[in-house]
Amino acid sequence: MTGPILVFLEHHGDELTKGGLGVLGKAVSLSGDVAGVVLGSGVQAAAAKAGAFGATKVYVCDDPALAAPLPQPRVDALAALVEQTGAGAVLFASSVLAADVAAGLAARLDAGLNWDLAGLEVKDGRLVGTRPALGDSVLVEVAWKGGPCLGLVRSGTFDPQPGGGSAAVEELSVSFRDFSTAARMLDQAHEQASGPSIEEADVIVAGGRGLGAPEGFALCEDLAGALGGAVASTRAVVDAGWYPYSTQVGQTGKTVAPKLYIALGISGAIQHKVGMQGSGTIVAINKDPNAPIFDFADFGIVGDLHQVVPKLAELLRARRDS
Amino acid sequence: MKIAVCVKQVPDATAARRIDAGTKRLDRSGEGALNAFDTNAVEEALRLKEAQGGEVVVLSLGPERALDTLRKALAMGADRAVLVSDEAAAGSDLVATSYALAKAIEREDADLVLFGQQSSDSDGAVLFAAVAERLGAPLISQVAELTVTGVAATGKRQTEYGYDVIEVPLPAVIAVSDSINEPRYPSLKGIMSAKSKPQEIVALAELGVEAARAGEAGSRTEVLSLAPPPTRGDTIKVEDDGAAAQKLLDYLVEKRLV
Repeated sequence: MTGPILVFLEHHGDELTKGGLGVLGKAVSLSGDVAGVVLGSGVQAAAAKAGAFGATKVYVCDDPALAAPLPQPRVDALAALVEQTGAGAVLFASSVLAADVAAGLAARLDAGLNWDLAGLEVKDGRLVGTRPALGDSVLVEVAWKGGPCLGLVRSGTFDPQPGGGSAAVEELSVSFRDFSTAARMLDQAHEQASGPSIEEADVIVAGGRGLGAPEGFALCEDLAGALGGAVASTRAVVDAGWYPYSTQVGQTGKTVAPKLYIALGISGAIQHKVGMQGSGTIVAINKDPNAPIFDFADFGIVGDLHQVVPKLAELLRARRDS
Repeated sequence: MKIAVCVKQVPDATAARRIDAGTKRLDRSGEGALNAFDTNAVEEALRLKEAQGGEVVVLSLGPERALDTLRKALAMGADRAVLVSDEAAAGSDLVATSYALAKAIEREDADLVLFGQQSSDSDGAVLFAAVAERLGAPLISQVAELTVTGVAATGKRQTEYGYDVIEVPLPAVIAVSDSINEPRYPSLKGIMSAKSKPQEIVALAELGVEAARAGEAGSRTEVLSLAPPPTRGDTIKVEDDGAAAQKLLDYLVEKRLV
């Protein structure tokens, strides 16, 4: 691989997402020639924050055409940047936006895209990724033919590495293609999250059908509060309208890999498992001793979560306050 | 309105899936099925046609046996099927697949191109954005609600943060989420009539796709090796006798997780 590694740093408001910063940290550990890329409108403040996470250089394209989180104008900007810098790789933390940008860029440049990456290394000067496939039953080592190498990294795979200095910011101006700017954002209804999002959290407390009722999520929220974590959910409870889709983990939701994943009243169907089995430590509380989740949990409690969870939250708070 | 729906044949969900150690490709020799996520796209196309009139064409890239899968979409109510099938296309990655598929779509000159949200075999959710780029058409992905007028489409996109409402002019590429509708089951009449609906198999050369841009030659990614996934350590399982919360806390403290 020759040329710099570019890392797409997605932002939400004035903050760069933890996923992008994690990929940045990984890229810096692989190469001495890494630059962040921040694309948006009014993003100077967000871009400046990348220096504290290892970027020595950040390319910024600040343009009203990039104000809304739409993928196609971002393809134009990244394609221009790849050409200008001779980039050897462009890496993304997986998200709805990043997947569309990365795939569009792959077609624009006829460049290979590997997705769902759970590992990245440089072997004999060549970028190599690892990707769990077929419901994580096999680990596939993947590579790229020619360049640039485009990669989408599973959320939660790499932690941001704070402690860097400041980044030199270079402005980029882009001419957009007509079709790239044809989409218009009419409305955005973003849920007000309290605490970290599930992609960003080190601790996730997830609730399933076994909570018994929508009100059962109060238990999840209480425990997540005591742990400084985020609340996630399963397909079943999202379909039942108990909790918002943005928290759904699994095949048709998000893939997460927090340090600690606590599953409450979740049976552990394969569709859920593929979204969370990369988590560091998995804890399951379920009243059914035969629930499949006990097959891959590190610590399982067979019991009534309505008894165990309040007790655990109380113990955690007592420990914190002591 | 002419609607093209892109679908994929995937290994049947009930069969054990494996990657062939020789070709390093997914073993597709077993029973095939229509990717379940694609049935949402077919359903949405049929609803639009029922409301506004027009034609629904299902398109796929795959081996000839994938025609069985396309017939499932015809049985649901699609009018016509086009399968791009060519030995030279085997092993195509995103770059090669999107190129050939876009050529087939261009031939149809559709007003709207629909995709499902992901493929269940590769867990990819990338083909629609690559095809939109090749077509030079605007894209909305992860659409949970879709409204189409004669000249524009409006989609409600699910994101990490909530919902975005996005409008695009036609022709456009839309990838629907699996929450957009409940796909219908083919009726017996539908299944019977599917056999007599037009089904075309197209070779790459007919689409103007050179062999160098297809299959492994046209791909820009490769699989180097396969390995079993890392195993998890031992599982601790306790029955709650009133002390389980304390045991869990001790465990979390020992693992330095709190």
